Amino acid sequence: MKFLHDQIEKIKPHFMKGGKWEKHYYSFEALETFLFAPATTNGAKGAQIRDAIDLKRLMMTVIIAMVPCLLFGIWNVGHQHFLAIGQAGATLGDKITVGLIQVLPIVVVSYGVGLGIEFVFATIRRHPVNEGFLVTGMLIPLVMPPDIPLWQVAVATAFAVIIGKEAFGGTGMNVLNVALTARAFLYFAYPTDISGSVWTYLGDAKAVAGYSGATPLSIAAESVAAGTNVVSQLNSFGAGWNEGVFTFNNMFMGIMPGCIGETSTLMCLIGALILVATGAGSWKVIVSVFGGAYGMGLLLNIIGGNAFMEMPAHYHLVIGGLAFGAVFMATDPVTASQTETGKWIYGILIGVFTVLIRVFNPAYPEGIMLAILLMNVFAPLIDYYVVSANKNRRLKRATV
Amino acid sequence: MENLVSIGIRSIFIDNMIFAYFLGMCSFLAISKKVKTAIGLGIAVVFVLGVTVPINWLIQNYVLNAGALAWLGPDFANIDLNFLQFIVFISVIAAIVQLTEMAVEKFSPALYGTLGIFLPLIAVNCSVLGAALFMVGRPYNLAEATVFGFGSGIGWMLAIVALAGVREKMKYSNVPAPLRGLGITFILVGLMSLGFLSFLGFSL
Repeated sequence: MKFLHDQIEKIKPHFMKGGKWEKHYYSFEALETFLFAPATTNGAKGAQIRDAIDLKRLMMTVIIAMVPCLLFGIWNVGHQHFLAIGQAGATLGDKITVGLIQVLPIVVVSYGVGLGIEFVFATIRRHPVNEGFLVTGMLIPLVMPPDIPLWQVAVATAFAVIIGKEAFGGTGMNVLNVALTARAFLYFAYPTDISGSVWTYLGDAKAVAGYSGATPLSIAAESVAAGTNVVSQLNSFGAGWNEGVFTFNNMFMGIMPGCIGETSTLMCLIGALILVATGAGSWKVIVSVFGGAYGMGLLLNIIGGNAFMEMPAHYHLVIGGLAFGAVFMATDPVTASQTETGKWIYGILIGVFTVLIRVFNPAYPEGIMLAILLMNVFAPLIDYYVVSANKNRRLKRATV
Repeated sequence: MENLVSIGIRSIFIDNMIFAYFLGMCSFLAISKKVKTAIGLGIAVVFVLGVTVPINWLIQNYVLNAGALAWLGPDFANIDLNFLQFIVFISVIAAIVQLTEMAVEKFSPALYGTLGIFLPLIAVNCSVLGAALFMVGRPYNLAEATVFGFGSGIGWMLAIVALAGVREKMKYSNVPAPLRGLGITFILVGLMSLGFLSFLGFSL
């Protein structure tokens, strides 16, 4: 460590003003502050300084909150792989090895491409490298199917970082959530690679007899046409090769095929605890997304009509990516509503739209991604009206 | 009744004039810097669309269609005036816009000042003529055409108000110099329509 520090101190003058690599100063500065705490700090004076927390620490907190999802996802990718090829007896080590082989390259590509673009932009535009991508770079792999081609991860990351973020001026300025932009880009650009039976990694092995790549959402959608009960369809799915995979408890635990990090509601809730306890994410958004989805589910239960509408409302909370979206995507402080009242409205509408899209829109199997993007578009407007309502109320109260 | 609700929701969200058809972009991009003026223009467009579409429906069905003039007497039964469609529609729209302009000038001079040239330009707002032509292409009756007109207008207004909200927030963004102004707005509208894609394919 001492050696590294000395080396950095030795080459530092080259990057300072007047040095020969002056224009790469911000790339150097990013590496230096990533490795060592800066020697200079702001004094604890000034109205704007309320806490010692900075952007880097905030982002690291979010990444720590995602670690349970990531670790579980790695194991689950391997677990589902061995179930699908009919080797349910595989050891824990085997499962984790397969999971690591599938997941790690996606993480590396996402970080490599994204950080590369960040450094290029920082050098050209002469601003410090922002830490915002640390979280985005981890979110992107977690919402990808395990079998995604790596070049698609790279293209989607590049699109999201350049068009979705840097064009607007970098971290903190984007309108849409960057990770969801990447996911939506893939969904609309390569629809066949991100739907159907891509949710389990099969590799070269042959699938076991009776294997099907269906997801709870596609089963529910099919039940509408067949007129069968969704819950009994879910409970009986997987007989013979993956008994009880879509029972409620199992879906809550997340031991089922799906995107790498989003299957487990339990792990997302652990992440939510970390986020809320450290103040990195807003509990209002998380609670209102779940509440909105549950309320809309109950309302549809009352109306009835088809099998999907009659599915018990609590199932909506554990299938698909609702929990992951609610905890890690909707709470993004940049794209969510900034006002406290606005956060309730924003979250509830996300939940409501998610369920509406799931049930009434056969074109999309999953609604949470598009619901959050849609509400990202309207979040500034919600804030505008919350602020102006507040202004009006205070104006009325004021007596001159 | 259910049919009318379905047409209304469809024209507001699913067949949104801006995000699904990209019609009426010029004033959409130009008047969306502030939420207040965006609402003003939005209301004007809702009014114009809501009034012109049913009027144009009446003209189409009682004057322009082949055989539509039969109510004047048997001599007129073979006349087909469809070739006049564009001219008649545009004239109706221009007349209604003039009326709207007078009303706005009378009742809200401040809004009249901020809207400026874009108020008379509603006459050539593509979404207004677009709605009239969509209405002809679809087998609507008078009530459905009215709902469709208002729905399209409300969808347009929703889009411009949302864009204005985002642009007010974006005043603080450090957008790269070459993209400032219209450039970033075009990118923004593209990304916004990505969000609106969630409605595409809704079965009502």
